[in-house]
Amino acid sequence: MKIGESIHQALKNIVSSKMRAFLTMLGIIIGIAAVMVIVGFGNGMENYMKDQFESMGTNTLTVTINGRGSSRSVSEDDMYQIVEDNSEYLDKISPTVSVSSTVKIDTETLDSTSVTGVNEEYFSIKDYGISDGRALQYLDMVNRQRVCVVGAYIAQEYYADDAVGQKIRIGGNKFTIIGVLNQQVDEMEEGSTDDMILLPYTTAARVLSAGTISNYTIMLTSEDFETDGKAAIEDALYSIFESEDAYRITSMSEMLEMMTSMTNIIIAIMTAIAGISLLVGGIGIMNIMLVSVTERTREIGIRKALGAKERFIMTQFVIESAVISAMGGLIGIAAGYGISAIATQVVGAVLDVSMTIVPSAASVVIAFGISVAIGILFGYLPAKKASRLNPIDALRYE
Amino acid sequence: MTSIISFHSVSKHYQMGDTLVKAADDISMEIQPGEFVAIVGRSGSGKSTCMNIIGCLDVPTIGEYLLNGENVGTLNKNQLAEIRNRMLGFIFQQYNLLPKLTVLENVEVPLMYAGLSKAERRQKAMEALEMVELSDKLINMPNQLSGGQQQRVSIARALAGNPAIILADEPTGALDSKTSRDVLGLLQELQKSGHTVVLITHDNSIAVTAERIIRLEDGCVVYDGLSDAPEAVVISQSIMEGGTQS
Ligand SMILES: Nc1ncnc2c1ncn2[C@@H]1O[C@H](COP(=O)(O)OP(=O)(O)OP(=O)(O)O)[C@@H](O)[C@H]1O
Ligand SMILES: [Mg+2]
Repeated sequence: MKIGESIHQALKNIVSSKMRAFLTMLGIIIGIAAVMVIVGFGNGMENYMKDQFESMGTNTLTVTINGRGSSRSVSEDDMYQIVEDNSEYLDKISPTVSVSSTVKIDTETLDSTSVTGVNEEYFSIKDYGISDGRALQYLDMVNRQRVCVVGAYIAQEYYADDAVGQKIRIGGNKFTIIGVLNQQVDEMEEGSTDDMILLPYTTAARVLSAGTISNYTIMLTSEDFETDGKAAIEDALYSIFESEDAYRITSMSEMLEMMTSMTNIIIAIMTAIAGISLLVGGIGIMNIMLVSVTERTREIGIRKALGAKERFIMTQFVIESAVISAMGGLIGIAAGYGISAIATQVVGAVLDVSMTIVPSAASVVIAFGISVAIGILFGYLPAKKASRLNPIDALRYE
Repeated sequence: MTSIISFHSVSKHYQMGDTLVKAADDISMEIQPGEFVAIVGRSGSGKSTCMNIIGCLDVPTIGEYLLNGENVGTLNKNQLAEIRNRMLGFIFQQYNLLPKLTVLENVEVPLMYAGLSKAERRQKAMEALEMVELSDKLINMPNQLSGGQQQRVSIARALAGNPAIILADEPTGALDSKTSRDVLGLLQELQKSGHTVVLITHDNSIAVTAERIIRLEDGCVVYDGLSDAPEAVVISQSIMEGGTQS
């Protein structure tokens, strides 16, 4: 008796009661589909974040100065000097001053617009191009000019793409728009990268009293020097502050790693929850197999009378259970792909993020393996029961 | 020549609460290869009990059963299954065909357990079905056949593996007299082709088909002899007393 024939018989039995087989599979289908979608979602999220971080530049470091544990301080000139001293690794630097003042165009308040004070290097660090007017320049810094560069969204939304020369009020001060950035993301929207205002960091620090300059974005000469560049800055800052708590240097890849491990934890928890459905599905299969053994008591008796060994009866039921579960698994995998495709569309439409939710090939193989394993595991007990039936009692069973 | 079926003081007891039911009580008998024997008796006399033991579906509580010289009591479940498959062909009153399999597939089942290849199985199953004249019903499902046809399928299944012994428990119990005669005719043919046939029935008129009758009463053998002897079919106290010889 070959496995192939047992599978054939199992399929025959399943086909003869399709509805019941389907309902039995449902738990497995849902469980497998859920796991597939969740894993796909995790992959999509990871890729999306990777893209995002890459677009922000993986060749940059962020330095945050808080001066904790030290009475010394660091000026932007000190920072510039550090970059200059380590020109082998460090290319450019720009302070970044977050401004939380309200932004107004005429009487309209722009709530979601991000306002940042930067220097003239920031544009090349971030690879921002100018579509209209000009970028910020060194003199704007020196003179604390009340000028700004706006994102493409603002130019389009409020000025009908004719923003240069117009006025905008930030924290009650009138600023002149001198330039417009290239469009950064495909779909411009409130709160997106294109909804942004850049102004001289000197102006931001003094005029808008955004406080001391404590954040810097530094561009590396090459991605490969991330560790070296970071170490160089660390050394320099430590020699000034003599405390490791006074500053923090983060690289984009570190942040990406952190975010990824965080999403991985979330995905793992969600997968575990979806896994419960697989457990329930397995119990469902066991239940229906026990019913099936009872219903087929007479058949088992006949087969035993005709010379079936216990091992054969056992194999037949285990295989039947495995086949049901495996079919559930396959349907679940297909459903998982379908739902992932739909979810990709929905996420794209609702959240306006182009994130592709796609189950990995490995997860397909694993999902199939798991569903077969569940079938075997939960089919074992009913199969054992079937194989142990006394042939005489089984034959007498009505 | 060794007996193919040999009972040495076989008893089968069931404990039902306080009472001990002696379904088979100290039965001794010898059946030679190629014999056609009918085991007869009233309901509850122990016929099926004997059949189960002969068929290696059950083992005696006391006593020994030798099948072709081999003590069945010493065999494990797997070995019993193998013996059932190789040595015994069962024919049941209720046909006991597998309802989800076609006629041909039903006949193939014991051959499958014997480990035959698909082609061999098909070949032997077709031959068996030809012998019972059902070659035109190969792909029918059992429930598409008449009772007599179903019983012929089960006969084909019993003989397909060419077992030494054919065991038939009330094979005509659910059939009309004409079909019954056909089935009994088939059993006689099987005997002619060299099988040992054991027919179990409560019906004397059917039992006489066999050459030899073993009559049971309350688990004991009360007659064992030729079927054409007058005392073989007459049930009376006097004969019962006189017939306890074996
Ligand atoms: N599993 C069992 N447990 C208890 N008693 C049993 C069992 N099997 C059989 N018996 C008893 O043993 C006796 C013989 O039973 P058996 O089935 O051999 O009779 P039978 O001659 O085949 O009867 P019938 O013609 O009705 O089929 C009966 O009294 C029956 O009640
Ligand atoms: Mg009986």
